[in-house]
Amino acid sequence: MEALSGFFAILDATLRVSTPLILAAMAGLFSERSGIVDISLEGKMLASAFAAAAVAAVTGSAWLALGTGMLVGVVLALVHGFACITHRGNQVVSGLAINILASGLTVVLGIAWFAQGGQTPSLGSDARFMPLELPLAEAARAIPVIGTFYADVISGHNVLVYVAWVAVFATWWVVYRTRFGLRIRAVGENPLAVDTAGLSVSRLRYSAVAICGALSGIAGTYLSTAQNASFVREMTAGQGYIALAALIFGKWRPVPAMLACLMFGFLDAVAIRMQGVVLPVIGEVPVQAIQALPYILTVILLAGFIGRATAPKAVGIPFLKER
Amino acid sequence: MSINTSSIPLPAWLEIGLIPVLNIVMALFFSGLIMLAIGVNPIEAVGIMINGAFGYDEAIGYTLYYTTNFIFTGLAVAVAFHANLFNIGGEGQAYIGGLGVGLVFLLLDKYLPMILLIPLGIMAAGLFGAAWAYIPAWLQAHRGSHIVITTIMFNFIASSIMVYLLVNVLIKPGQMSPETRQFDESSWLPFMHEVLGWFGMEVTRSPLNLSLVFALLCCVFVWVYIWRTRWGYELRTSGQSEAAARYAGIKPKTVIITAMCVSGALAGFVAVNEIMGVHHRLLLNFTAGYGFTGIAVSLMGRNHPVGIIMASLLFGVLYQGGAELAFEIPKITREMVVAIQGLIILFSGALALMLRPWVVQGYLKFKPVDEVVPA
Amino acid sequence: MVDINDADAGGGTSVNPPAQSGDDSLAIELRGISKRFGAVRANQNIDLKVARGTIHGIVGENGAGKSTLMSILYGFYQADSGEVLINGKPVAIHDSSDAIAAGIGMVHQHFMLVDTFSVLENVMLGAEGNALLSHSASAARKELQRLADEYQLSVHVDSLVSDLPVGEQQRTEILKALYRHAEILILDEPTGVLTPQEADQLFVVLNALKERGVTVILITHKLREIMDVTDTVSVLRMGEMVSHLNTRDTSMSELAELMVGRKLESRNYHRDGPLPPATGEGIEVVNLGVIDKSGKQRLKNLSFEVKRGEIVGVAGVAGNGQSMLLEVLSGISLPTTGHFVINGQKASADEPVSPSRMRELKVQHVPEDRLKLGLVKSFTAAESSVLGYQRARRFNLRGLLKLKTIRATCRRLMEGLDVRPADPNLKSASFSGGNQQKLILARELEREPEVLLVGQPTRGVDIGAIELIHEKIIEMRDKGCAILLVSVELDEIMSLADRIIVMYEGQIVAEVNGRDANKTQLGLMMANAHQEPVQDSVA
Repeated sequence: MEALSGFFAILDATLRVSTPLILAAMAGLFSERSGIVDISLEGKMLASAFAAAAVAAVTGSAWLALGTGMLVGVVLALVHGFACITHRGNQVVSGLAINILASGLTVVLGIAWFAQGGQTPSLGSDARFMPLELPLAEAARAIPVIGTFYADVISGHNVLVYVAWVAVFATWWVVYRTRFGLRIRAVGENPLAVDTAGLSVSRLRYSAVAICGALSGIAGTYLSTAQNASFVREMTAGQGYIALAALIFGKWRPVPAMLACLMFGFLDAVAIRMQGVVLPVIGEVPVQAIQALPYILTVILLAGFIGRATAPKAVGIPFLKER
Repeated sequence: MSINTSSIPLPAWLEIGLIPVLNIVMALFFSGLIMLAIGVNPIEAVGIMINGAFGYDEAIGYTLYYTTNFIFTGLAVAVAFHANLFNIGGEGQAYIGGLGVGLVFLLLDKYLPMILLIPLGIMAAGLFGAAWAYIPAWLQAHRGSHIVITTIMFNFIASSIMVYLLVNVLIKPGQMSPETRQFDESSWLPFMHEVLGWFGMEVTRSPLNLSLVFALLCCVFVWVYIWRTRWGYELRTSGQSEAAARYAGIKPKTVIITAMCVSGALAGFVAVNEIMGVHHRLLLNFTAGYGFTGIAVSLMGRNHPVGIIMASLLFGVLYQGGAELAFEIPKITREMVVAIQGLIILFSGALALMLRPWVVQGYLKFKPVDEVVPA
Repeated sequence: MVDINDADAGGGTSVNPPAQSGDDSLAIELRGISKRFGAVRANQNIDLKVARGTIHGIVGENGAGKSTLMSILYGFYQADSGEVLINGKPVAIHDSSDAIAAGIGMVHQHFMLVDTFSVLENVMLGAEGNALLSHSASAARKELQRLADEYQLSVHVDSLVSDLPVGEQQRTEILKALYRHAEILILDEPTGVLTPQEADQLFVVLNALKERGVTVILITHKLREIMDVTDTVSVLRMGEMVSHLNTRDTSMSELAELMVGRKLESRNYHRDGPLPPATGEGIEVVNLGVIDKSGKQRLKNLSFEVKRGEIVGVAGVAGNGQSMLLEVLSGISLPTTGHFVINGQKASADEPVSPSRMRELKVQHVPEDRLKLGLVKSFTAAESSVLGYQRARRFNLRGLLKLKTIRATCRRLMEGLDVRPADPNLKSASFSGGNQQKLILARELEREPEVLLVGQPTRGVDIGAIELIHEKIIEMRDKGCAILLVSVELDEIMSLADRIIVMYEGQIVAEVNGRDANKTQLGLMMANAHQEPVQDSVA
């Protein structure tokens, strides 16, 4: 029973740390499926996290914070789109610029506005997304294993965790079951075909990039107003890149990408528990090794040693109509 | 009725003169807006920055010390660019370059004379940096793994390795902060104020050391390598057209690996400046984002050593001037420089061609269309 | 994007001058269409009338302006001046959706299909009708079935496009247009990638379309097709419409003359006597086979030889292994099975010979794709003029390239073959196709090859340069060089080659004597439809 509840605690933590990864991975999926490389998930999350925390601190409203976070994500995504779609700039360079800009600007503004060394003021529980008790969670506890799983793992998260799950399903549905999704997939594979079919490549890519911005905005908001109670400088700490890795790991498909996020989240949850633990045979496992594992696994995947990850064919290539 | 202006050639003074300058002006304009937004007078700020970067000899020393780092990482990005490779891994390669220096000095600094230690340290920095670039390069060449993604991943992996090693293995016993012991003085690269002192010139202490000379030598080396040797010719050919390279008997795989190793070595040389020149011990995060700045430097410098020196100097001014600014104006922090850097990468890199159509249009007003033949 | 229209006299910005209705029995009417790119006048004052329900051909050489004209019709480019009338009414076509709305469908030379999509998804894309795919899909499936039956366009609706043969991909493109209710169908060089059988099948479809009132515009440089299927034909030359004709009233030779603007003298380069005796082999190929990475057999069991002082032509529809053959013989690709001996050097999978070694052996290669292989577009002419010889001792001194020598050599090469402008510092891309080709030829001939591999030497090359290139090839033959000539231009092969081998799906299907070859017979062989047993046709 002790072991089981310990395991459930890890699963519970897994869900919490996977949430921003899942949201960011779905964000990246829209962008990359439409043919726009997005290494700026990190920067968008960071900027949104700051904006959300700042607004929550000032207004005390978590929902207003969410709206602002999403707005900032969309604005940065449109900057990325302006560079990559309208001006056919290098998509990696543009993404990098946004990451660096966000990394600098969040601290500059944070200090100018709040004078707390780059942090935002600590948020009270009204200004945050707090854990929700799902219906019947307490009653379910009576049922062994399944019931406690429901009560300890499924229930008790903030609303954004559940939003992330919905986002995965919604992404899958939009991408594979709607006209918009068909067009997004097409524009990432062969934009000329989309253009000759009488559709605007730019408009499709801008919409995809905007959705990407909104989802990264939710991810960022989660970091500063749900998982934590304030913005801390560099609080994304590479999670945008991990989400990108998960997206590649999931071969640019929603459900496998989510599973990759859960796996990376699980590794993270385990890493925290493993600190200082001495395992038989192996000895003490360095936390850094587990933290680096997502990156190492992604490299191994990219090397083609575990299946092939084929990117959308037109990803990263600016679309030039006049040849 | 619009035509594709990208096919209209411009004279060099517009293409590599005016347009890049306009791009930087745009970036600085937006930086000014940010300053206004936080209630700082941008004109005053520029004054403080320029004075902070050039106003006194210590400031100049600091500016050039930063410049040195940017020259190394800028060259690293540029060499890879010429082979059509985007090396985002300069940060990790520089970090691992530092590991090379650290290991060599921890093992040998008590036993060898300076004349051997310094070349060994430089070689170790280059070799370790190259080795860290070699793996993504090999994966790109032989397995088709996209080098942008793998080098990003390798930055994080490098960081984890360094944290582990410094916290658990290389740390000086009996101390809390994750650093090695200080290396023996015989491994220190002479400071510039010392060198100038030998010639009787009195200069205030600054971190500027002989690495700057080495960086300038690297510029010459890169220029000769890329434009004056057959290896550079093959690298550029392969970067422009893999098919042409194969036709010409050049092995693109070899070029990828060579270019990345040279690139990684150049990035690794950041450790020469930082570890051998300034810190004299191995510590966490000594690369401080210099690897990423190298991308901006290379973009602004159009992948040419002369341009890279100029761009590095600009970033040197920004870094040193920015530090001064943070000191003078409490509302501003050093991160302002990071934001400016982001804007410069945006305008000089991703939006590099934004203003070109206008410039072309202006140019055409003065030149009859018939003389302009699309390339 | 910049508006340079004001520089163009006359036209002004009025693409649509006061609407003046035209003859509504015409599906398409173009009036005074002009388009220029910088100094290049791609289309000049073009008029065209195509009656509804006919098949109209547009012929012209490479670079005559056919593609520009069609791109204007489909909204890729905007004309600088002139107007387009559809069914007698002026229309403004700014992008593909305007063209589709006007009832224009286009089958591009390079198909506009999403490889990872099924035929159904490709057809639906942009014309889904409903925001939910499941609804659109069932409607589209029904409509596709109807169209396929009506026009004899059989396709596998649920197959991925990447799994389909080229002919079926093309049918998908046609279905895409019909699904959008196209009444005018434009096909750009549709038979370039097809076998003759597939081409015939296409023509059946085109006739079926015509019967149902669809107007078809066929852009091609193959005169045979014009004669076979069109009702009327227009000839483009150097951006201008030079003639409109009824196909019935014209002939291939008349069209050819109109296309090039002068009488064509058929030159015959064949030597007077037989091959000099005891010349020996320059190339000997034995059971050569290549299987590529995807497991596809690209070359199969090839055996032939080329004697010194002999030109062997390789004929075939593009994509039947000729390119691979050149790549293997020049050392760029490795054979999988068999071997070959080239200028005395044996090469096989186990004993690979690199391109550099080939060059040392005086085996020179003028590649098929000069822009991708033959030179580097962003390099100066001087830099491109040492491509492949960058390691040669005379261009290197102690690890450094001797730039002065390289420039001087380039200038000499340029003067030798009349490359214009003779400026070694100019970017390679800024030369015309003919001058690029001459530069490449000059570079390779300078090494005095003993074996010469030549691919498509005159593709996209102006007529003046063609003669010079052919003369140079003959000159090398007379010097005793063994020459393998790959070309899709049968005329070129027939006038140059001593012997012709015909390739089909990676195999040699026939071999004929150059002097005795005739076009019809070669055409049948290229389609692998000839009746004679393969070996007997060797003279």
